[in-house]
Amino acid sequence: MALKKEYLYYPGCSLHSSATSYDDSSRAVLEALGSKVVEIDDWNCCGATAYMAIKEMTAFTISARNLAIAEKKGDHVVAPCSGCYVGLSKANNYIKEFPEVHKKVNTALAEGGLSYNGTVHVRHVMDLFVHDLGADELKKFVKKPLKDLKVGCYYGCQIIRPKNEIDSPEYPTTMEKLMEACGATAVDFVMKAFCCGGAILGTEEAIGLRLIKNLMQSAKRNGAQILVTPCPLCQMNLDAYQRRAAKKYGMKFDIPILYFTQLIGLAMGISPKKLGFGKEIVSAKSVLKQFL
Amino acid sequence: MSPKIGVYICHCGTNIAGKVAIDEVVGFAKTLPNVAMVREYKFMCSEPGQNLIKDDIKKEKLDRVVVASCSPLMHEKTFRGACEAAGLNKYLLHMANIREHCSWVTEENAPATEKAKALIRGAVAKAALLEPLEKKEVKIHPHVMVIGGGIAGIQAALDIADSGRKVYLVEKDPSIGGHMAQFDKTFPTLDCAACILTPKMVQVGQHPNIELLSYSVVEKLEGFVGNFKATVRMKSRYVDLKKCNGCGDCWNKCPAWRVEKPKGEKKVVHNALTLGPPKAIYMPTLQSIPAVPVIDKESCIYFKNGKCQICVKTCPTGAVDHKMVDVVREIEIGSIIVATGYKLFDVTKMPQYGYGRYPNVLTGLEFEHLNCAAGSTGGQVLMENGEPPKSIAIIHCIGSRDKNYHEYCSRVCCMYALKFAHLVKEKTHAEVYDFYIDMRAFGKGFEEFYNRLLEEGVRFIRGKAAQISNEPIYPEEEGKLIVRVDDTLLGRVRRVPVDMVVLCSAIEATQDAQDVSRLLGLCHSRDGFFAEKHPKLAPVSTAIDGVFIAGCCQSPKDIPDTVAQASGAAAQAMMLAARGAIEIEAATALIDEDRCTGCRICNDLCPYHAIEFISDKKVSRVNDALCKGCGTCVAACPCSAIAAKQFKDNQLLAEIEGVLS
Amino acid sequence: MLKKPDIQREGQMDLGFVNEVAAIPGGEKIVDCIQCGTCSGSCPTSFLMEDSPRSLIYKVRAGLREEVLKSPDIWLCTSCYLCYVRCPKSIKVTDIMYALKRLSCKGRYPIQRRGYHLAKSFMKVVNNYGRNQETELLLRFFLRANPIGLIRNAFIGFNLFIRGRMPIFPHKIRQRKEFRAIVARAESISNSQ
Repeated sequence: MALKKEYLYYPGCSLHSSATSYDDSSRAVLEALGSKVVEIDDWNCCGATAYMAIKEMTAFTISARNLAIAEKKGDHVVAPCSGCYVGLSKANNYIKEFPEVHKKVNTALAEGGLSYNGTVHVRHVMDLFVHDLGADELKKFVKKPLKDLKVGCYYGCQIIRPKNEIDSPEYPTTMEKLMEACGATAVDFVMKAFCCGGAILGTEEAIGLRLIKNLMQSAKRNGAQILVTPCPLCQMNLDAYQRRAAKKYGMKFDIPILYFTQLIGLAMGISPKKLGFGKEIVSAKSVLKQFL
Repeated sequence: MSPKIGVYICHCGTNIAGKVAIDEVVGFAKTLPNVAMVREYKFMCSEPGQNLIKDDIKKEKLDRVVVASCSPLMHEKTFRGACEAAGLNKYLLHMANIREHCSWVTEENAPATEKAKALIRGAVAKAALLEPLEKKEVKIHPHVMVIGGGIAGIQAALDIADSGRKVYLVEKDPSIGGHMAQFDKTFPTLDCAACILTPKMVQVGQHPNIELLSYSVVEKLEGFVGNFKATVRMKSRYVDLKKCNGCGDCWNKCPAWRVEKPKGEKKVVHNALTLGPPKAIYMPTLQSIPAVPVIDKESCIYFKNGKCQICVKTCPTGAVDHKMVDVVREIEIGSIIVATGYKLFDVTKMPQYGYGRYPNVLTGLEFEHLNCAAGSTGGQVLMENGEPPKSIAIIHCIGSRDKNYHEYCSRVCCMYALKFAHLVKEKTHAEVYDFYIDMRAFGKGFEEFYNRLLEEGVRFIRGKAAQISNEPIYPEEEGKLIVRVDDTLLGRVRRVPVDMVVLCSAIEATQDAQDVSRLLGLCHSRDGFFAEKHPKLAPVSTAIDGVFIAGCCQSPKDIPDTVAQASGAAAQAMMLAARGAIEIEAATALIDEDRCTGCRICNDLCPYHAIEFISDKKVSRVNDALCKGCGTCVAACPCSAIAAKQFKDNQLLAEIEGVLS
Repeated sequence: MLKKPDIQREGQMDLGFVNEVAAIPGGEKIVDCIQCGTCSGSCPTSFLMEDSPRSLIYKVRAGLREEVLKSPDIWLCTSCYLCYVRCPKSIKVTDIMYALKRLSCKGRYPIQRRGYHLAKSFMKVVNNYGRNQETELLLRFFLRANPIGLIRNAFIGFNLFIRGRMPIFPHKIRQRKEFRAIVARAESISNSQ
């Protein structure tokens, strides 16, 4: 099992602003594993969950624009952000399943000189590690195993739902295998696949804080020293609002939230600066002292 | 001499007459060649209708009959019977389907009438060329085989044996009794399952007409209705059935455990409860029939490394023999009843309920075992740590009524959930929560039983439990399993902390259902259970003549319905045996042995395995009893050596020309 | 939100409403709902809703158009898809929630939850640049819907800013003109439905 020589890459808007660590670490790790990361040209926002709430056909169309661009270069596109993964997949699946949708989308895309034939396979960057490389193969690249580090794997929602080609939609375990391949001890906790609140943290903060509290409580109770996640919005919520949630409910968490690619990169011996360490609000410096 | 054809056009009430202009069609039919008589009637299949045909045959000396009415599948038999009663060879009848193929599927009247005319013209043209066929009969072997020794198989076997006929009862487990032997009480009467079942089991063991082949499987089946040959492998128990006296010394002394032994904190292992001794040499229950133990090869020390053999030394009659081998028998029977039962849905496929990860989450069957007086806890309801629970949740519809797993309803769960609720209330002081979507209490005494439970203080919550977790958020949830549910009647989301959870998991077709159906040639319906011949009117027959089904292998059902089906299947089997011989369809394929070149293309194409190769003559021959007249071989034969009686080339071409001209 | 209780008369129910919601691709399954409650039982925010997903689906089928589209609860959906994967009738519950959000916007019902304003601001920013500019999005949203929130969250915003996670300048795609043309065409296609 091995990574492909080249992957078409769709970073998504967050990876160029609040989640640059994810972008940096994904690229660094994939390149260290021998894969070329090719960003698709002039991509646009996938629409995420917000655009779909106002306009459906337009949301499909702007997602499909990216698929049409990727289709010119290959048969796949890799998105690190779970939100983009679902946004692009959904448009892709609806276009493949419903010919009327396909027709309407292509009619609109023609205005930009584009057309989408439905041949692209949308993938999440974690899928590359799970199905292309495999945890056993990853182990061979680990130079500084993360010994005795108790890692909680927080999947969030959209990497495993509604598409379940990467892992179980209820009780996923593939990220744990990746962390164990890096030498860490994976800690299981009940809330690992439950919603962090998503966009609700901005709109109805009180509700979001409650969800974060339940989540962090679950992680802490099971002994997680650090959480890793594959989603920029989850990282933002659990990182930026962690202290506020702790204060509101009279609890203490102090659990840094990182991207899984950052820990993989660390275990592979890549420099922490290249992996975007130091940008998190709840600092990982003390927990990862011996590895940084 | 040209044929004299009588044409009978049926109104079928308004089914045909409402679309097709009968008068016009009658007038048209009179103009067709060879037609001596045309009549029309409101319901040709009724007695006066049939009498019209019979009288005309006798008076007008008709020698061919065409009935233009419904599909032959409905009434070909009826009209053939009428012809025969009047003395005309019944294969000289032909039907034109002007209902299912015409009036029921055409929107306008005028085209429907034209089509009816065309169909009748074709039918008349073919009728002129029909030839009389000889009636065919096969003898029926009087013995019956019942596959499956649960309550369905037991009932069927007893019914047939009591009628004076011999029955072979083949059961794959070491004892008969099936799932019912594992229950504590049965709904709605709360009869003790073992008390009502064991007398029947003993009867089976002692009945002179029943030969019980326990710990046996059917490996091959050949033949056709009335003339089956089954190859049965009787697996070796390693204990001699004749020498053993059931004393139990062997399992008492046996040092090896067959199931997980409770260790440390665990006092009860819920998914390893047994009703008999948990040792490597064991009986499934202490009421097993035959009351002879069997050695489980996987856990026996002797089979692993050649040591021990304490059982051999202890046995007072020298019945234990590790060197026993399987015995294979060939048995001839006339009919077969399949009663192979069910298995439960594997709940690990739904991780949100925590089965297999959290302790104290059980399936319905595991909870039955827990409650069974003969079980490891003596019938006490206990948690993993050996303590009685203070609260129990019973959750309906796990894997049933779910398009992600099984769309169907498992029919018995609502009632056994109520039964469990009652047992818990009777045995413990626990709070019982029942989470349901609907309460299906359709049978005799069921609604009354539901009312009884409403009065026993069970807390019913209408809502399918969405998930079970073991991490508390609120103080009352510490150390408990928490059920999250939308209480649809209150309109609020609830978190209910409980000590133990019972999941009403779906009833499914058995693991080996595919193998059994391949063996016997049975079909499956979409839900995986065996397909019956007709869902309303023939629930225990199958498409294979002589093979019947009964019980949960046909669809999920409770004990009274199973027993009723078993008796029904037994009656069907006895019907065949009592007649001694049955008539089989004569419109089969016939191979002209002079034209056959022995290429054998037809042999493998036949879906009913009805064609055999005669090696000394180097030709193929059709077995009339198995042939269903499908015509596959006729079309495939490169030398046109095969003709289907009643569907010969000249007959088919005449009908086609008649319809198209 | 609550009307004074009275007899529910047939003429008050808009039976065509369910067809509008079922018009989404694959949405016709909404009529299969047996009200089991799995969706609401799984939903992370349903315990705070007057009308949980299950209840909303029932009201859609009953034809209570105004009640449903005025409900603030549809904006509490976080798109976690738990209801979608668990529904025993394979109803695309999350997509139905999106449809209700869109119908609610189209019908110009007074929206009582801020989720609407966030989505609207998002759409504006993306249509403008082709990409989302998170800082601008948050500024627009808070000024529009929750100015006090801007002050409350200023500290978090500042923390993110000094770590380089809140860029000021937007990334614009090259083919902005073509992108806007695509969007306009897509809108006109869906409006002509």
